Amino acid sequence: MRALLVLLALLLGLAPAQAEEIVLGLSRDQVAITATFDGDDILVFGAVKRDAAPPVGAAPLGVVIAVSGPLQPLTVREADRRLGIWVNAAAVEVDAAPSFYAVATTGPLREVLSSTEDLRHSVSIPQAIRAIGNDVGNREDFLDALIRIREAEGRYRILEGAVEFDQQTLFRTQIGLPANLLEGDYPTRIFLTREGEVIDAFETTIYVRKTGVERWLYALAHDQPFLYGLLALALAIAAGWGASAAFQALRG
Amino acid sequence: MQLYLPIAEVSVNAFLLLGLGGLVGLLSGMFGVGGGFLITPLLFLVGIPPAVAVATSANQIVASSFSALLAHLRRRTVDMWMGTVLLIGGLLGSALGVMAFNLLKALGQVDLLVKLCYVVFLGTVGGMMLWESARATYRARSGIAPKRRRHNWVHALPFKTRFRVSGLYISVIPPLGVGLLVGLLSAIMGVGGGFILIPAMIYLLGMPTKVVVGTSTFQIIFLTAFTTLLHATTNQTVDVVLALLLILGGVIGAQVGAQIGTKLKPEHLRLLLALLVLAVCGQIALSLVLRPDDLFSVEPVG
Repeated sequence: MRALLVLLALLLGLAPAQAEEIVLGLSRDQVAITATFDGDDILVFGAVKRDAAPPVGAAPLGVVIAVSGPLQPLTVREADRRLGIWVNAAAVEVDAAPSFYAVATTGPLREVLSSTEDLRHSVSIPQAIRAIGNDVGNREDFLDALIRIREAEGRYRILEGAVEFDQQTLFRTQIGLPANLLEGDYPTRIFLTREGEVIDAFETTIYVRKTGVERWLYALAHDQPFLYGLLALALAIAAGWGASAAFQALRG
Repeated sequence: MQLYLPIAEVSVNAFLLLGLGGLVGLLSGMFGVGGGFLITPLLFLVGIPPAVAVATSANQIVASSFSALLAHLRRRTVDMWMGTVLLIGGLLGSALGVMAFNLLKALGQVDLLVKLCYVVFLGTVGGMMLWESARATYRARSGIAPKRRRHNWVHALPFKTRFRVSGLYISVIPPLGVGLLVGLLSAIMGVGGGFILIPAMIYLLGMPTKVVVGTSTFQIIFLTAFTTLLHATTNQTVDVVLALLLILGGVIGAQVGAQIGTKLKPEHLRLLLALLVLAVCGQIALSLVLRPDDLFSVEPVG
């Protein structure tokens, strides 16, 4: 992507190549889901590295940070009234939608990022979902409903103005990860913009993994399902037996 | 204290789950029902994915039934032979139920099927119990002794066998049929089926009341154990952490409930249970008739 931008800039004979670029840090790139996991905050911070001072009178820089969760296939259904009761009538398959998506910016999204650039980099939520190649025919209302429902659940978030940007050089923001987090890789993209145009982009990944007992139980349930089922039954019978014995001892 | 459930992949307050288990345990201790018909809809409300809720409540019923079965075995109120015949029908019905469940899941109508089953069966059973307990209360007051019919169409069928503990000599077809129906419902609704099984045993098979609860517990424990294994191996939707919390709350609630239960008159108990069943039924029926807040819903595939 950066090579492409450089090429583009050279071709158009504009400003000298890559005068400002992103240097990034994450508070950590691993999130551990433990038994008592209750959501988490990831601090995304970085700096703008300059080869030369910005041109005099240039518009201020903007920063856009997009964190996406693992993709999942979904079915969106629409209810309709049949014979007096509400029944799922129409359905649309969405091949891949992020289980989590957050966009944080330094200001109103449309001012920081033009719609052309949004289309090119698929940053905003509707663009990110369409970019995956989901074909919903003429039922755009199903995609709108998906976004509306997931925004209400806190899975999709637009955090305009949530990125702090000190003296056009140091930026940082907190991305709150919800408690109902799916395991997987969370691609994180940072865009540096001026007047809505992307001048640098940076990509990294946050790894979300279950650990400890959570990891062990999940692996057992998927790798040895029969053994796991027997374990579940054994636990249930032991608990039932234990309770019965304990209360008999109490009474006797 | 928030707890992340490894299979459900949601974070839920541990005390809320203990409380839910306790509440359902209290009711099951009072009324002698498994409580599956309450716990599955309550888990939906808390935000547990439906597939995990149905599978895990089956596992929870194994635990609560096991401690009840031990008590019934000590009192010799279990008809093993009757339980086995019911179970054969039940396993068949459970397999059919899982097939129906998967078919309707593909069509997106599983919610509707589950809700309709709840409305029809809870409504019928609740209404019958209400009618019967109101009549019993009236009789107790006016001092009329209840008649017990000895013979009905059930006694005219072939393949008769002797159920010694129940003191019955009847065909195996009605118990097989009852078992099949209960197995079907158990797979679709995530319930043990006691609320169908117990009235069917009393009114249809004519079993003596004292062996009814023990025998239904016997059949339910094997049926729900089978359902748990089926869900664990095919869908990986049994969450042991969730099950343990529900069981822990449940066993404490059940003991308290049993104490309260002994202090109430049986016909009053049945009246209360009937009202409870009808309340759950009415709440689900309303959700079918009222326009949903959002016409659209999102559901992960698979």
